[in-house]
Amino acid sequence: MTQAEVMLRTNNVSKSFGPEGAATVALSGVDMTIRAGEFVTIVGASGCGKSTLLNLFAGLDRPSAGTLEVNGKIALMFQEATLLPWLTARGNIELALNYAGVSRKNRDARVAELLEIVRLGEWADKRPHELSGGMRQRVALARCLAQGAQIVLMDEPLGALDAMTRDHLHDEIESIVAAQGLTVVFVTHNMREAVRLGDRVILMGSRPGRVVYEQSVPLKRPRAMDSNDIASRAAELTNRLKAEQGTLQGADS
Amino acid sequence: MSNTRFRLPTITIRDAWSWTWPKLFAIALVLGAWEILYLSEWRPSYVLPGPIETFAALFDMVGTERFWLAVKTTITRAGTGSLLALVIGSIVGIAVARIKPLRLAVGNVITGLQVMPSIAWFPLAILVFGLNEQAILFVVVLGAGPSIANGVIAGIDHVPPAFTRLGRVLGAGPVALYRDIVLPAALPTYVAGLVQGWSFAWRSLMAGELLVIIAETPSLGTTLDFARQMSKVPELIATMIVILLIGMLVDTIFGTISRKIRRDRGLAIDD
Ligand SMILES: Nc1ncnc2c1ncn2[C@@H]1O[C@H](COP(=O)(O)OP(=O)(O)OP(=O)(O)O)[C@@H](O)[C@H]1O
Ligand SMILES: [Mg+2]
Repeated sequence: MTQAEVMLRTNNVSKSFGPEGAATVALSGVDMTIRAGEFVTIVGASGCGKSTLLNLFAGLDRPSAGTLEVNGKIALMFQEATLLPWLTARGNIELALNYAGVSRKNRDARVAELLEIVRLGEWADKRPHELSGGMRQRVALARCLAQGAQIVLMDEPLGALDAMTRDHLHDEIESIVAAQGLTVVFVTHNMREAVRLGDRVILMGSRPGRVVYEQSVPLKRPRAMDSNDIASRAAELTNRLKAEQGTLQGADS
Repeated sequence: MSNTRFRLPTITIRDAWSWTWPKLFAIALVLGAWEILYLSEWRPSYVLPGPIETFAALFDMVGTERFWLAVKTTITRAGTGSLLALVIGSIVGIAVARIKPLRLAVGNVITGLQVMPSIAWFPLAILVFGLNEQAILFVVVLGAGPSIANGVIAGIDHVPPAFTRLGRVLGAGPVALYRDIVLPAALPTYVAGLVQGWSFAWRSLMAGELLVIIAETPSLGTTLDFARQMSKVPELIATMIVILLIGMLVDTIFGTISRKIRRDRGLAIDD
């Protein structure tokens, strides 16, 4: 079996912020390879460098040491929705379509389609400050999908959503990714979500941020968030994270 | 139709009214105080006429051709000067915001110019240009330009870094980044600079029209001056009222646009 092409790779990547001596080491010696069509989820404690890693992939920052390979166009969905306040939901998505080279006459239909996916069809002409936090996140998700990139990086995209909307978007994201053969890196704090979506889950440790554990998830799709398989794998990840943080309490089989 | 570009906001009558009525109320207060002062005979009535006499003079004045010529001259000067200041101030502002060495060299000069009372430029302007339109325009532009430039610079400086990062992620080129993200983000501060620029332009213009009297061209400034020379006090005050009203009218228009922009973005409306 031939392995798919490498889309993203880090070789011993480190990233520190601040002056030497008093620097915050956000990432240290990160080695990661992500292949075409893979759906990789990243979990880890707050502040372990997940957003930093996505910023490096997206070219918004340079590693302090090590090298990075990126083979393809990247879309990044920021942890904060970052919608432009002078544009409507539609305008924000249109801007991404415009830069992605979608012709003006095709944009309207594409916007409608994307807003339908995130269930905001009725809200197209609202401005960001008129939307709820979760709605803004969904507009940002639609905008991210509008970019027409092969590699999609998402930083806790569904953090502010209720369970039903989130489950719906899991299905939508999964089917878009499959249909378009996208490569995805998806950061989340929710272990079940990580197992639900990922072909592979990467657990990162803190201080300094690094990869401490990887789990491939060979479960068949479609997967249900509340299935036992997912629950037990999520529990294992949680235990690993606790162990990594040295806060594992009591004996546990 | 594309929604990605910024469009000028539409303004409703209600917006304009909610902005206008406090000013009308203030005018009523002033008129009341004036009438009381007049009735108290603090100064003889040929020096300080009452509101009624003054408004009668205003009414007469409005019926003359000369008055409208004066208004036209003054408004044309204000418009030309403000437009020039807008263009020059905006270009200088963008250049200073974009180009580091220029900022180091010129940034403080702009603030210095903004603090400098523009009327202090007149003696020099008169020597350089003569007693003519150019001298007036020169000072109006110097009065308004720095506020406008500073508005642009402050606006661009305060664009949230998250927006420019977003632009890079979306793949905006340098021109598109400015057109679609940086400039629209800077707009509220820019408009605040325009409002301030207008008030400086109007002040400079009035000073200019009083100092640079071009005899054959009637203007609001010359009308004031002639009224003083002829001791036509009601006419003098009537002219002052016209000057006040024009200044407020333009300020109201700018203020309404500014509030509308801020409201559309969910920003606090601070005035
Ligand atoms: N621009 C920056 N300047 C200085 N320090 C930074 C900067 N960005 C991140 N850091 C530091 O790097 C570390 C990792 O931050 P990062 O945002 O990547 O964490 P994260 O894993 O995304 O956390 P969370 O789950 O809370 O979003 C933190 O200690 C943070 O303080
Ligand atoms: Mg983060």
